[in-house]
Amino acid sequence: MLGTGLIQGLAVTAKNLVGSFHDPERYTTVEYPEVKPKLPENYRNFPFLVSETAEDPMGTLRCVACQICEKECPPQCIYIVKSKDKKLDASGKAQLYPATFAIDTSVCMSCQICVEVCPFDAIKMDQEFEIATTDRFHGLLLNREQLAKPNSYYHQIHPTEAAAVDALLVAARKAAEEKAKAAAAAKAAAAAKADVARVSRPVNPAAANTNTGQETRATPATSAPQPPAAPSAEAPKPPPPAA
Amino acid sequence: MSVVVVATSASEWTALRVVDSLALVATATDRFLECAPVMLRDAVTGLLPDPWRWIANGLFAIVAIFAVFGLLFAFLTLAERKILGRVQNRPGPNRAPTPTFPFAKFLGKIRTYGLAQPFADGVKALTKEDIVPDGADKVLHFLAPVALLAFATLTLVVIPFGRNLVALQLDAAVLYFFAAGAATELAVFMAGWASRNKYSLLAAMRALAQLISYELPLLLSWVPVVMIAGSLSTVAIVEAQAGWKFGFIPHWHVLTPWGFAGFVIFMVAALAESNRSPFDLPEAESELIAGHLTEYSGFKYAFFFMAEYFGMCALSGMAVTLFLGGWRAPLPFLEFIPSYAWFGAKLLALILGFMWIRATFPRLRIDQLTRFSWKFLVPLALINLGNTVVWALMSGGSPALALARWPVCAAIIVVPFVWLGRAQSASYAPRTYRYAA
Amino acid sequence: MGPHHPSTHGVFRMIVTLDGETIVKLKPVFGYLHRNHEKIGENTTYLASMPYTDRLDYLCSMTNNWAYALAVEKLAGQPVPERAEYVRVILAELTRLLNHTCLAGFLMQDLGCSGTPLMYAFREREKILDLFESLSGSRMMCNYQRFGGCRLDPTADWLAAAKQLTDGYGRFLDEFETLLTGNEIIMARTQGTGRLSPELAVNAGITGPMLRATGVNYDLRKVDAYGIYSRFDFRVPLGDHGDVYDRYMIRVLEMRESIKILQQAFAAIPAGPIIDPGAKLRGFRPKAGEAYGRIEGPKGEIGFYLISDGTPNPYRYRVRAPSFVNLTVLEDMCLGQTVADAVIILGSVDIVLGEVDR
Repeated sequence: MLGTGLIQGLAVTAKNLVGSFHDPERYTTVEYPEVKPKLPENYRNFPFLVSETAEDPMGTLRCVACQICEKECPPQCIYIVKSKDKKLDASGKAQLYPATFAIDTSVCMSCQICVEVCPFDAIKMDQEFEIATTDRFHGLLLNREQLAKPNSYYHQIHPTEAAAVDALLVAARKAAEEKAKAAAAAKAAAAAKADVARVSRPVNPAAANTNTGQETRATPATSAPQPPAAPSAEAPKPPPPAA
Repeated sequence: MSVVVVATSASEWTALRVVDSLALVATATDRFLECAPVMLRDAVTGLLPDPWRWIANGLFAIVAIFAVFGLLFAFLTLAERKILGRVQNRPGPNRAPTPTFPFAKFLGKIRTYGLAQPFADGVKALTKEDIVPDGADKVLHFLAPVALLAFATLTLVVIPFGRNLVALQLDAAVLYFFAAGAATELAVFMAGWASRNKYSLLAAMRALAQLISYELPLLLSWVPVVMIAGSLSTVAIVEAQAGWKFGFIPHWHVLTPWGFAGFVIFMVAALAESNRSPFDLPEAESELIAGHLTEYSGFKYAFFFMAEYFGMCALSGMAVTLFLGGWRAPLPFLEFIPSYAWFGAKLLALILGFMWIRATFPRLRIDQLTRFSWKFLVPLALINLGNTVVWALMSGGSPALALARWPVCAAIIVVPFVWLGRAQSASYAPRTYRYAA
Repeated sequence: MGPHHPSTHGVFRMIVTLDGETIVKLKPVFGYLHRNHEKIGENTTYLASMPYTDRLDYLCSMTNNWAYALAVEKLAGQPVPERAEYVRVILAELTRLLNHTCLAGFLMQDLGCSGTPLMYAFREREKILDLFESLSGSRMMCNYQRFGGCRLDPTADWLAAAKQLTDGYGRFLDEFETLLTGNEIIMARTQGTGRLSPELAVNAGITGPMLRATGVNYDLRKVDAYGIYSRFDFRVPLGDHGDVYDRYMIRVLEMRESIKILQQAFAAIPAGPIIDPGAKLRGFRPKAGEAYGRIEGPKGEIGFYLISDGTPNPYRYRVRAPSFVNLTVLEDMCLGQTVADAVIILGSVDIVLGEVDR
């Protein structure tokens, strides 16, 4: 009969009208500024730089200015200038550091590729999303100081991921130390037996010694052998267009 | 709501004046609330000499109608958005701010849960730039919203909002109502034509075709009521629905087979007349941007909306008067509630129905719309006319005959409904689907 | 109509010549959203194109990712672990649910439904997007697939939540269909509107639900059986009329089949690595050659054609966008119909302008 479909439809909307008052399955709205949504741990927004401590963020940046993220970034929104000098990093190695590290968040598309390609776990995704600004150009171009956030903050927003990263880092450091120790021991042994074992010398210590610029460890995302960071200083890119 | 027995001639007036100051107040259930509007009116205008008092009463009625329905319009827009929101599982407007003043900062922090929305909308409409297109017919473009609102308001004056609450007691009130209501088509067409916009013009043409098509079933659907009540006066029609059968079934027209059919036809046609979904073709937003409203902004746009809601209120009010017993209480013991409250409750219930339908249905196409009117509603309304005659003829006889008229009259309307409905739905049917192996 | 028209699903323009309200000529104009997608793909590395594929059809980033990953995997001869294949199927079918639900909502919006079905569709879409967000970190721009697997391993909690959503989805579809499928106004409006003949559909290269609504049995999940689709038991619904109602109904029926696939996938998903241990993230240089990877996206055949010359960037990067191809028959479907019909015919084609214009 004409109209039965219409009446069924009316029944559905009436059910929803009533349901929206008592059924959280139907009424899913979160009243945002008063009630903050609960972000899932994997949520990502814009990148930030991890520093080891909160007290001295600039001194303890994990970033060694290898510029891999700058190259891999799909919209090319990262701009890095390497430092001239070297600083000691957390594991006590002398490393380069970024003299300039800027991310143009108006260009960034939050794809997380910089995080994936970073061999040093130095850049991670933030969860801060209330970033609106009235300054269209400089307000969205974040520099090194604005990007640096301590490791504890990283633990706060991505607990499991950060724990895994820390475990890997600790293991890598330990392995590096042991390797260095072993290498030193081997060196000493080799020096002692210099005459006897001349042939074996280049094989063993090579792994520890040639890596002065970088830590040796497996990246968490992939076990692909990492290519050496391009050491040759390329002509620095022009600053991002927003500037 | 305003009270006002405004007479049409001086001689009538003298008689009515006595009635309304003394007799009516005495007989009308002796309660303060029931008489409050009349007493308020008299307090304002009572001291004036005779011809002036008549004019003052008229003005009072106009002011009262504008005040009440203006506020009602404001909160109906809010209610519509809230209800639409709730049907769609969202909260609806809920964060219109209260104004802040330097001397009272706390005002801005009060949450109004959307109650301030109509006022915020009003301020916004007032402060928006009023844009008139270059090629538009400036005079018509300006006149259209004004005329629309004027016609829509005119229809409100003959509706009895409560006991003795009618602004204009005409003998041919129903006729007047639909004559004034039909003039809104002209205003819609004016708006569409004057805008000089292709969407507006299409909308104007659609509006004209639609309104003319639905005027006919609208008119035919209330003729049975006039036949039974024996009067074109709205007050008399409400009087005809007084009393209860067995003490609890009210004598409302909607509770008879012909009345129910007439009510449904009336409401469907009223939906189309007030350009409401699923008949909102003139302003079909997915097809014609906003139809005849495309080139309007600011307060003119608000005027169109006001007129739409006034029209909706007027048609619903007329439906209440004609079929739902007007301002009468549904049960005898509920009579202590003032009559205008009952009228308001029924009116709001019908408008809620309008909103519910809007929240549910998609829009018809113009050819389907007109076909639905001419091939379904008009024949059905005509059959309903005959049905009423049968009902009236059978009611005079023996009790058995009076009982038999129920199934007979129900059958007279249901059979054509099914039959015509089948013809309407001949072009479509639910389908079954096959699956690839 | 357009480009600033409320029902053009983006910035799309139709130059419509009318006789009264009947359409005598219709010329689609697009390109307002063109952003050099293919050229960007040729100038960035293979990996860097992945987030750009999210932005093609922004409703179905998971299937776009998969199609692109499939093409690159073909190019590089990269195997995919079994768990990743299952995860991909789960995500693709969730995407199909999401896309078809939204399409039904948008179509009803074009029909003039004051937003109610659209809001119900969005309510359910929101739940799927929440799943995507908790898995990949982003609601719409997932960037989740990698060459040789997926980026992150879904936890048991996530799989349980997805399974719960799938189990409840049938109930939502029932309610949705009660509201829409039997509605006389919808039937009157959509049946017989925008007919497309199977011959024209095949000649024009139409794919996806639109093709199946005309009665042509062509579903890449069956034809190619890419991934592990040959392991699942599902049926392909076919229409007989090729009109708007058929297109709507085919999508509803496909959603029901998707639920079946999802339930089978949740029951059978194995443990194991999510990404092939040999997969390379940086320094990815497939050897010279060409590959075309295609999958049955929610909108039709989404394919990526890649030519490699051994460098980190593809030499040629081409997208076969289903929205774009399906849009080509718009005029044929609209001629002789009214303006109101043109709107719903466009709605039933299911386009996303991000994919049409690229």
